[in-house]
Amino acid sequence: MTVELTCREAIAQAIADELAADPDVIFFGEDVGAAGGVFKSTVGLFDRFGPERVRDTPISEQAIVGMAIGAAIMGLRPIAEIMFADFAGVCFDQLANQLAKYRYLTGGQACLPVTVRMANGAGAGFAAQHSQAAENWFLNVPGLKIAVPGTVEDCYGLLRAAVRDDNPVLVFEHKNLLGLKGTIPERPYRLGVASIARRGSDVTVVATQQMRHRALEAADRLAAEGIEIEVIDPRTLVPFDDVAVAESLVRTARLLVVQEGPPGGGWGASLIARMTSSHFECFDAPPRLLASAETPVPYAGCLEEAWMPCCEDVMAAARDLVAS
Amino acid sequence: MNDVVSGDEGKEALMNRTSSETGAPRPDDSGADRRLLPDWRQLLRSMLCIRYFEDQVKALFGSGLVRGSTHLCQGQEAVSVGVCSLLTPGDAMTCTYRGHGAVLAAGAEMDASFAEILGREGGLCGGKGGSMHLADLEKGIIGSNAVVGAHLPISLGAGLAAQHRKTGKVSVAFTGDGSTNIGAFHESMNLAAVWRLPVVVIIENNHYGEYSPLAATTSVTRLSGRAASYGIPGVLVDGNDLLAVRQVAEEAISRARTGEGPTLIEADTYRHEGHSRSDPAKYRPAGELELWLARDPIPRFEEVVRAAGAATPEDLESLRDDVKAEVIGALERAKSWPAPSLDRLYEDVYR
Repeated sequence: MTVELTCREAIAQAIADELAADPDVIFFGEDVGAAGGVFKSTVGLFDRFGPERVRDTPISEQAIVGMAIGAAIMGLRPIAEIMFADFAGVCFDQLANQLAKYRYLTGGQACLPVTVRMANGAGAGFAAQHSQAAENWFLNVPGLKIAVPGTVEDCYGLLRAAVRDDNPVLVFEHKNLLGLKGTIPERPYRLGVASIARRGSDVTVVATQQMRHRALEAADRLAAEGIEIEVIDPRTLVPFDDVAVAESLVRTARLLVVQEGPPGGGWGASLIARMTSSHFECFDAPPRLLASAETPVPYAGCLEEAWMPCCEDVMAAARDLVAS
Repeated sequence: MNDVVSGDEGKEALMNRTSSETGAPRPDDSGADRRLLPDWRQLLRSMLCIRYFEDQVKALFGSGLVRGSTHLCQGQEAVSVGVCSLLTPGDAMTCTYRGHGAVLAAGAEMDASFAEILGREGGLCGGKGGSMHLADLEKGIIGSNAVVGAHLPISLGAGLAAQHRKTGKVSVAFTGDGSTNIGAFHESMNLAAVWRLPVVVIIENNHYGEYSPLAATTSVTRLSGRAASYGIPGVLVDGNDLLAVRQVAEEAISRARTGEGPTLIEADTYRHEGHSRSDPAKYRPAGELELWLARDPIPRFEEVVRAAGAATPEDLESLRDDVKAEVIGALERAKSWPAPSLDRLYEDVYR
């Protein structure tokens, strides 16, 4: 019988399985050990693996990421957690200048199997400094891989693949999805492979994490109107599975990207730019980017909900595309 | 300045055996000097390599062959050589962008180092890093780092790997006086202390953070004293006295290897040149450079060697000539190597 887990349980399971499989894997971050993580995503690891392999750090994000870099260069396979993804700002130098560039700057001498986990995303009422889609900050920094799991399966599969990858991988775990239920995958994942969350022939909708689920809800409701949208979850932003999107676009001739986070400089705009350059002849309608408001994430529930695309927004955009 | 500062009363024995203020070898140093002298030739050769290497880098920069900028460590050679002469295979070293000295002292080949600074394919990093990014991982040279203080957490990671694998290896990090004011320094010192990591941090206090004198930017100018706030030993040493540096580094490295945790060493020294090649260092008070030139670590060590009867002035002159020729030879080789082929642009981003 398949056991159902939540995303947070799947995350703990993935870390446990990697710790058990490889003595070079070591895990550290703020309150990840004895307390089981502020999101309870690492419960049980400290008791099972002990304080040498599951380490509580001081509130020192630069030291956490830098330590992971140095340990990886010397042959370990560290998993570091920096809690809220917004705190990537506190250690941006270590992530963008050190972790991303160390291999290049050393002419390929350094191998950096570093996994950095952090919780991103809006919808839980944490306001502007604890809710951002910070994955977009790193799109312009070559050298990093970026995973954005949106299901239990992907939380587990992508995290294990990240730990086994010989490159730095930033794994963004959406804090509004941690209680979501599902099962863990039977086969190992490869980074850079999209999942087709729903088949459809009228519009290609590309969405991650929370927006994936809103797009799927929209798909159900649109089907009742006779509009079939195809929902693609790229699962990783770097590398990005352009092929999966292009194959869908060839069939639907319409592209809608639904992105949590402001539109400027995000993965959605980049995807649309690539697709219009490479597949201009396929489009029957101008591609559309549905993104958050160009403001910080507000606190009040009604404002926060208005800040990001909702199911009805996706439905309206899909109808427009089909009508044009 | 003979005092040394400790965050740990129990380390008094360690604290009381280091440092001299004047820079002149003290009579009572001679016993220790003799003990450490068997490899004097290698130590002196290493300091001379750095000095002459950087003479050439200066000239190369003047003729437009070094891109961007470069930061010379001339005057600070005794710190690099004193510490790196104690490292063994498997140990790790990180340093700052003023890092030619530490990287050469830790065993990087001179020709490949020149080639890196010249942006050649045969450079240590294939010409992708340049003067501020020298690394030779096989030799434990994790690298110089162009962002002030950013290498300190990375150095901790190397120490963490040694601790995790129980190898008895150590991670040493050279850092500048200016870096003690950046957050990464504080985070690193605290964490190294809390986890008792096998790390030795050596502050090369050359009295200037970029263009600003230490006292203008730093509330506490006796930097070894900062160790007290992390509860670890802080040791002050005359950084222009090679043997004194070696003595304190030996003690600190031994503590690290045996699981006693990190040590903070402040090596009092001076950079003969400005911050970078675009800085003529006109802000220095009159006479300051001359004072420090009189305490130049290389002639001082030569005097120790000569006074101990280990070498004649002629021997020393001959060694200098040998090293100069070696440096010129390495530079000529590096210059003969090609620039990177253009397809290298896309290599080494991901593995």
